[in-house]
Amino acid sequence: MFGLEALDLARIQFAFTISFHIVFPAITIGLASYLAVLEGLWLRTGNTLYRDLYHFWAKIFAVNFGMGVVSGLVMAYQFGTNWSAFSDFAGAVTGPLLAYEVLTAFFLEAGFLGVMLFGWNRVGPGLHFFSTLMVAIGTLISTFWILASNSWMHTPQGHEIIDGRVVPMDWLAVIFNPSFPYRLAHMAVAAFLATAFFVGASAAWHLLRGRDNPALRKMLSMAMWMALLVAPVQAFIGDLHGLNTLEYQPAKIAAMEGHWENRPAEPTPLILFGWPDMEREETRFKLEIPALGSLILTHSLDKQVPALKEFAPEDRPNATVVFWTFRLMVALGLLMILTGVIASWLRWRGRLYQSRPFLHLVLWMGPSGIIAILAGLYTTEIGRQPWVAYGLLRTADAVSSHSATQLGVTLALFVLVYFAVFGVGIGYVLRLVRKGPQLGEGAETGSGGPGQQRTPARPISAADEHLEHEGGDHLGERN
Amino acid sequence: MGIDLSLIWAVIIIFGIMMYVVMDGFDLGIGILFPFVRDAGSRDLMMNTVAPVWDGNETWLVLGGAGLFAAFPLAYSVVLSALYLPIILMLIGLVFRGVAFEFRFKASKTRRHIWDKAFIGGSLLATFTQGVALGAFIHGFPVQGREFAGGPFDWLTPFSLFCGLGLIVAYALLGCTWLIMKTEGELQKRMHDIGIPLVWVVLAVIGIVSIWTPLTHPAIAERWFSLPNLFWFMPVPILVLLCAFALMRSIQRYAHYSPFILTLVLVFLGYSGLGISLWPNIIPPSVSIWDAAAPPQSQGFTLVGALFIIPLILVYTAWSYYVFRGKVRPGEAYH
Repeated sequence: MFGLEALDLARIQFAFTISFHIVFPAITIGLASYLAVLEGLWLRTGNTLYRDLYHFWAKIFAVNFGMGVVSGLVMAYQFGTNWSAFSDFAGAVTGPLLAYEVLTAFFLEAGFLGVMLFGWNRVGPGLHFFSTLMVAIGTLISTFWILASNSWMHTPQGHEIIDGRVVPMDWLAVIFNPSFPYRLAHMAVAAFLATAFFVGASAAWHLLRGRDNPALRKMLSMAMWMALLVAPVQAFIGDLHGLNTLEYQPAKIAAMEGHWENRPAEPTPLILFGWPDMEREETRFKLEIPALGSLILTHSLDKQVPALKEFAPEDRPNATVVFWTFRLMVALGLLMILTGVIASWLRWRGRLYQSRPFLHLVLWMGPSGIIAILAGLYTTEIGRQPWVAYGLLRTADAVSSHSATQLGVTLALFVLVYFAVFGVGIGYVLRLVRKGPQLGEGAETGSGGPGQQRTPARPISAADEHLEHEGGDHLGERN
Repeated sequence: MGIDLSLIWAVIIIFGIMMYVVMDGFDLGIGILFPFVRDAGSRDLMMNTVAPVWDGNETWLVLGGAGLFAAFPLAYSVVLSALYLPIILMLIGLVFRGVAFEFRFKASKTRRHIWDKAFIGGSLLATFTQGVALGAFIHGFPVQGREFAGGPFDWLTPFSLFCGLGLIVAYALLGCTWLIMKTEGELQKRMHDIGIPLVWVVLAVIGIVSIWTPLTHPAIAERWFSLPNLFWFMPVPILVLLCAFALMRSIQRYAHYSPFILTLVLVFLGYSGLGISLWPNIIPPSVSIWDAAAPPQSQGFTLVGALFIIPLILVYTAWSYYVFRGKVRPGEAYH
């Protein structure tokens, strides 16, 4: 089908469903912590602004959480349907880790999500804050499990291969595998940043339209503090993660750098831009800075960085793709840092909320965190190729034996349904954002709970906005 | 080791699937019955009778999938790849239906019918594919090495298609008796009217499946009809008949609660018949739960979390249903 083989289609299908899925949990993780901070500040300062913001973002959190659950349902089955050889080979390790991720999520839903979303008027402020904190911590525990599983696939250890299958011998070693701490930190912080820029852009959208209230200003201000303080931290973590990858997956680094061969006794240059060509085994049209590659990756001027030609052609990841996804991620990261710096300067000059060029920048940076997450995901996962479990099982040997036609049809179905369903969902989130935080909305909050019409079992029920314009809609008239 | 972890996990997964069939069954049934109820008010009411609980019901499907992956990776990989198309279509049906459910409430009156259709279509698709998967599961999967060795359309047999239709009827009956329990007045009367014919159809489906299964599956026939098994299994069909009879009587005398409870018993009996036919194979006809088991380290490690969290989910579920007890009336609107 379209010249693609079954393996390619299976990979595209996984990439497509995971790309949709990852966005929702990332924003869930970020918003959960943001809500915990907002509620903490409300309890500490008594400033109702924080309470209003809490209620506004809690609705968006709920809708987003709901879509994460729905898109996650597909992921829970896809390892078996599409990657059966992998599931059989590595299921003893990845199965339990995935199960813990699922159990954590349901534990949250059963325990604290209900109190958090619907218990504002029913429990004391202390217990409510505790619930919000538990939800925030719970999303991070979920992240912990799923990244343990993913990291193990990159840097497997703590297992033995018995009868051609993985058997876990030491769970601590399995979970705390070499790339896990870096990957976990990098992903969690990425989720925070993606959320911060989403929140910041929401504020900027309203400010640009002349809607100005203290809640919007607070949103922008908090988001820009995150950009200033956390984006550089992310660059630092990313650097550590890169060094870890250099040690355990040198071929991935070589591909990310588009670096084909080392000349004797010469430090490795850094290729800024170029077109890595897998056929010709060179990076064409390249613009490079001498010795900078060695400096960044080995922190020295005499050590060399591994090059792609040191690996057999069948062991090389596709450098054309990861070279560019990596650069996209880094570029967005640098733009985030820059945005944070500009914001601080404007804040100091007292023009943070008025500068239209800056507000436009923040608006355009809204999806930057999400795009960076996807670019980073592609870099690390395509960079792992041709392995699915690094050094243990090749992707080509992991796939179920479905025909290209079958995979093509299901892929088309997924594309159709996902765009229809999550398109409406994302549209709804944006509609909630467009309404914006209302001053005093925290004072009148609906109740709900297990067994009621508004219930944590269906988080989306927490939001009560309509899906599209109806007659007399105030937004419709204003725009 | 004294503890049979595979057995414990098999019980957990069987229990999980049972919970799923019982709980998601009636709300899928609501979607299946939607075309038979035309007016918008009644449709709102039908939705409202499941709104507070249905999403929690799908919890069990995710838990079942993850549990199977952790405890029986071989079964997870063989069964799911053998049932590739039905499973993917089921997931797509559930995604569609899940989101349609939410957005129907949020849509304007003029657009609501689009979401109604998505809800009906998603429910039908999910139910039908589940039934097809069930039929194919009974039929069994050829395994070579540790891989599914059959073709992409092995699941497509007259028997499995019939099971798909059969499950639609069974879920419709669950939905119907659920509505009898949760509503009153016009809608309840409508359900009383279609209840009796539905029971007859379900009974016919059970009968046909019970004859068809041993006719085409000699191994199951031998298990059923050899002595002393026959005496052990005999109560099942007798109980099915008694239960169906009691169910029709209860609908005739306009009982509120017993039709739903008797339908649950009926479903449970059917489910136990399945267990009798297949145990202890997790990939029929030949791979047992012990053959497909993950190493004890994996089963034990996951069991700790499962034993801690599943009871919690059960308590929470029970609480949800308790809070939601009693009749749902029009006007107790969603918004």
